[in-house]
Amino acid sequence: MLELKGIHKTFNIGTVNEKKALNDLNLKVEEGDFITVIGGNGAGKSTMLNIIAGVFLPEEGDIVIDGVNVTRLAEHKRASMIGRVFQDPMIGTAANMNIEENLALANRRGKIRGLGWGVKKGERELFREKLKMLDLNLEDRMTTKVGLLSGGQRQALTLLMATLIKPKVLLLDEHTAALDPKTASKVLSLTEEITSEQNITTIMITHNMKDAIRYGNRLIMMNNGSIIYDVKGEEKKNLTVKDLLLKFEQSSDGEFANDRMLLT
Amino acid sequence: MDVFFSTFLTGANQGLLWAVLAIGVYISYRILDFADLTVEGSFASGGATAGIIMSLSKDFVATGAAAGMFMSVISILCAIVVGGLAGLVTGLLNTKLKIAPILAGILTMTGLYSVNLMIMGIGTGGAKNNIALGPIGTLFTKIGDVMPIPKNYIILIIGILTAAIVIAILYWFFGTEVGSAMRATGNNEKMAKAQGINTQNSKILGLVVSNALVALSGALVAHQQSNASVTMGVGAIVIGLAAIIIGESIISAKFPFWARLASIVIGSLIYRIIISYIYLAGVDSEYVKLLTAIMVVVALAIPLIKEKVGPIIKKKREAKNKNSNTPSDSEPPADNETNENTLADNAEETNVKSAKEV
Repeated sequence: MLELKGIHKTFNIGTVNEKKALNDLNLKVEEGDFITVIGGNGAGKSTMLNIIAGVFLPEEGDIVIDGVNVTRLAEHKRASMIGRVFQDPMIGTAANMNIEENLALANRRGKIRGLGWGVKKGERELFREKLKMLDLNLEDRMTTKVGLLSGGQRQALTLLMATLIKPKVLLLDEHTAALDPKTASKVLSLTEEITSEQNITTIMITHNMKDAIRYGNRLIMMNNGSIIYDVKGEEKKNLTVKDLLLKFEQSSDGEFANDRMLLT
Repeated sequence: MDVFFSTFLTGANQGLLWAVLAIGVYISYRILDFADLTVEGSFASGGATAGIIMSLSKDFVATGAAAGMFMSVISILCAIVVGGLAGLVTGLLNTKLKIAPILAGILTMTGLYSVNLMIMGIGTGGAKNNIALGPIGTLFTKIGDVMPIPKNYIILIIGILTAAIVIAILYWFFGTEVGSAMRATGNNEKMAKAQGINTQNSKILGLVVSNALVALSGALVAHQQSNASVTMGVGAIVIGLAAIIIGESIISAKFPFWARLASIVIGSLIYRIIISYIYLAGVDSEYVKLLTAIMVVVALAIPLIKEKVGPIIKKKREAKNKNSNTPSDSEPPADNETNENTLADNAEETNVKSAKEV
């Protein structure tokens, strides 16, 4: 479904701030996979999602979605295949536009926009039904400006928008990190509900190792711009937070050893 | 007609014709969030284009009312096209060459200065810095030839009609898919891209529409004063902003979109009428620009002042209320789109609510 082949991405090339964000990253995602991604700060998790979405272009490597090489395809053109929810609840929605207008924008992802009405009558029923699923009473507030909603409501709405037209890949970049624990778990269970119901291929970054183990069928750990650990199925189900912490330590230990080797 | 009333009428005339400019500025400044200085040049381009067409048409058009009116309309339509092209240049500079909005606008504006001189010099083999609309008359005098109404009232009627048509078209346009995409682009570009909106095209189209309206305003003003000059657009952006800000101060963000556009027209009217009385009082036109700039600065600073001073006043009032032991009515939050506080407050309120719901 999605394949990353030998991706290299470096920021600020040729300056003192040069930073290798992705280093020969390879990942093959099967249809219907729900992959959780963990890793320390600067491991390249967000960069990976941004490379898939087309926010950044890689220096090397190829990105193939459903057999189409999208490596050089502009962000807005790729959007027809990709649904995204961001860490910051403010980014996923247009604050000055109301709920139905936001949903209508999402309902035209990947379609040609013409001079027809921005929100069509028939759509409103569909939106109402979908909003009901969220169980946040938003279906009665369809003409409320999104800027007046709470972070959790906005994140739930963004999730709905990202999946309104079924994406080939859903990218979730720590989409519950900015929410309080209760709202976060609500949004996470909504995520699971929507993705399993429509069998959406999903990649979810999280800082919460419990969530990383609990959700999805596959888990990858990143460090220094590549994948250092990749488990699925039964093996993943049987993971514990302790195992993951151990893996983390091992990876950073290895790095430490390398540093020492360089120094001596 | 007494001086007081005729001054009011002049102000109202100017206000209506310049309102179209302010609506154009609203599209770039508020909807696209793009501080576009092209306006200063494209306004004069509109005047220059209308001027040269009216001036040249004396050679091959009979001076009858119908022919004159026809040429007037043609001159205004051409001005709209030229203005749109100016917006296109700024849009391409910004989106394709990645030049910052302000600089892209300044570059186009600077280039337009020469272009405007050339436009007005057509037929003379050189450049001209102003042009009279010529012996065949203007849109307003031609209408006056067929309708026995004073020119001031003709301008008033045409001004209201133009503003109403512009508002109606924009109200429709921003409700369409393309218009919605444009609003999303200005509101949240990252979100727009994630929803598959070509934000570059949105910006370019927005700037084309914005500057086309600005040039329409320039053409109307040229017809009204029977003259166009290369400097007629100086300070236009600040005048547009003044109208927008005055308009926003009289309505709330909850108003529908068409009412917000209408408020700009009212803002422009208020501004121009005030300015006419300032002229009447004998203030030199050079100083009016300074007054306008100060007015806009003050208006722009008001939200910040409210934010800083508001809590202090509230505290004092609460202290006072405690002393007098009367229950305080908490002041409703100010309804201003630009007031971040309102959004935050409401979001907090709904936050509490949603926490319960969740």
